Amino acid sequence: MFSNKKYNFNLYALTFRIPIIIWQLLFFVGPVVFMIAMSFFLVKNYRMTEAFEFVNWTKMFSKNYFWDSYWFTIFIAAFSTSLTMLLAFPASFTLAFRVSEITRRWAIFMLIIPFFTSYLVRTFSWYVILAEKGVINALFGYVGLGPYTMLNTHIGTLVGYMTLTLPLVIILQTVTMANIDRNLIEAAYNLGCKPFSIIWRVILPLSKTGMIVAAVFCFILSFGDFVAPFYLGGSQEPTLPILILDTTKSGQQWPRAAVVAIVMMLTLFIVAFGGIMTAYAKSFRR
Amino acid sequence: MKPGRFLNFLLKFYLFFTFIFIFIPIAFSLVFSFNSQRFPTIPLGNFSTEWYEKIFNDPDVWQAVINSIIVSTCTALVATFLGFCTAYSDFRYRFKLKGLYLTLVLLPPTIPLIILALAMLAWLSKLGISGQIWSVVCAHSVLTAPFAMAIIRLRLNQMDPDLEAAAWNLGGSEWSTMRHVIIPFCKPAIISSVCLTAAVSFDEFAISWFVSGLNKTVPVIILEIVQGNIDPQVNAIGTFVFLTSMTLVITAQLFFLTWQMKGARK
Repeated sequence: MFSNKKYNFNLYALTFRIPIIIWQLLFFVGPVVFMIAMSFFLVKNYRMTEAFEFVNWTKMFSKNYFWDSYWFTIFIAAFSTSLTMLLAFPASFTLAFRVSEITRRWAIFMLIIPFFTSYLVRTFSWYVILAEKGVINALFGYVGLGPYTMLNTHIGTLVGYMTLTLPLVIILQTVTMANIDRNLIEAAYNLGCKPFSIIWRVILPLSKTGMIVAAVFCFILSFGDFVAPFYLGGSQEPTLPILILDTTKSGQQWPRAAVVAIVMMLTLFIVAFGGIMTAYAKSFRR
Repeated sequence: MKPGRFLNFLLKFYLFFTFIFIFIPIAFSLVFSFNSQRFPTIPLGNFSTEWYEKIFNDPDVWQAVINSIIVSTCTALVATFLGFCTAYSDFRYRFKLKGLYLTLVLLPPTIPLIILALAMLAWLSKLGISGQIWSVVCAHSVLTAPFAMAIIRLRLNQMDPDLEAAAWNLGGSEWSTMRHVIIPFCKPAIISSVCLTAAVSFDEFAISWFVSGLNKTVPVIILEIVQGNIDPQVNAIGTFVFLTSMTLVITAQLFFLTWQMKGARK
């Protein structure tokens, strides 16, 4: 390719390379860096003034509600991730091993749809379904059970998180497991391996990377979502996203919201990095 | 693994149940939007188009629909343009700091929307361009460009790199090769990407809510109605939103699948 040799200036190459750089600097790097700077600003008389003070950081870190909310968010996101991974597994297993190629394609085709359709409306729909007089309790009523309170509890939050994450997790799990070499599974079976140990000792180790990627995505999505804990979980125990929302929308305390946002980003970086390290570590014995 | 019949049945039943869980909110939103009850439950009330009439006569909703259409169309075009340029750069060139370059492009969707929303709000207010439709377009295109890039990059993977060289040898300039060879080759992926990025933008509520100010988009209207109280209007708007984004996503997938199959046959 002759054009590569003109290394100092190549209009054609730059035309395609530069736009995204400018765009991302303006509307991605800019905002994030500004948000980090903003966490050091001061708020006086409801107006933000530029400064370099650690007040927001010390204020936030000394508040009990911040730490309560931090650990609660980590706990519920981690719990939701484990639950989603577990509940998704049998479904993905079926899709990967027990149905035809065509069915699997169609299933994935279907599962992509909800991922790109309004999460907000789906959450509202759950609100109506789970309510005290909602569909589920009406059904329970016919068999003489209930009513159960599901809204404004952790169940509500978890259902909301799963609405968001379950389709994605099933897709990722299915694709990783479907890519496993069938001969290895046949071989294990022929050598007398029991079905459950095939899952445990053959399938899971071979799909480790994909599984961890699915879990990390699931965690990131649950950790950063404010809709489910707000509308379905009742927000008595605010998660960090709700804290950001409250601080920004009501108090004009943007700098403090920025502190929360930065703490969230750091946490997610650690989780994602840890996940990737484990995913690519060659630790399992053969 | 030779399947035990019963276990096989159980697994398939479970799979079916999972799909019910995933699709029931969409189905119920549709059913309840035609239901006369103020608080929808089972047994259903009468069939009524009350909620549709209500939103149809609401000028705020109309304005929001127009805003949403403008935002998602512009976002889709900007994001697809950016995504195409990036995908092509990645396909054709090796350059210094390419890893960093790609990270920069692919990072935004992994950051929680609420954080992006806060950062965008602060930054755009600082620049003095917050509260406009265009500010939402800027924010959304950053968010969706990676999707566009991924789809178009997959298409470029199927292109023989020699194809470009052949066009040059036949006397085409780089620009005319781009125009007559590469863009036509990528066309299905470009259509796919336009639909998908439009769908993402059409449904996005966190950033829109923070940044749009008074120029509300449809999801922001929904968010505000939901905050007030239970109001079945949401189901009516929701059904409209679902139909729009599903049409977009399915169109995108059909185009995607078509060229995937063609690629496989070759």
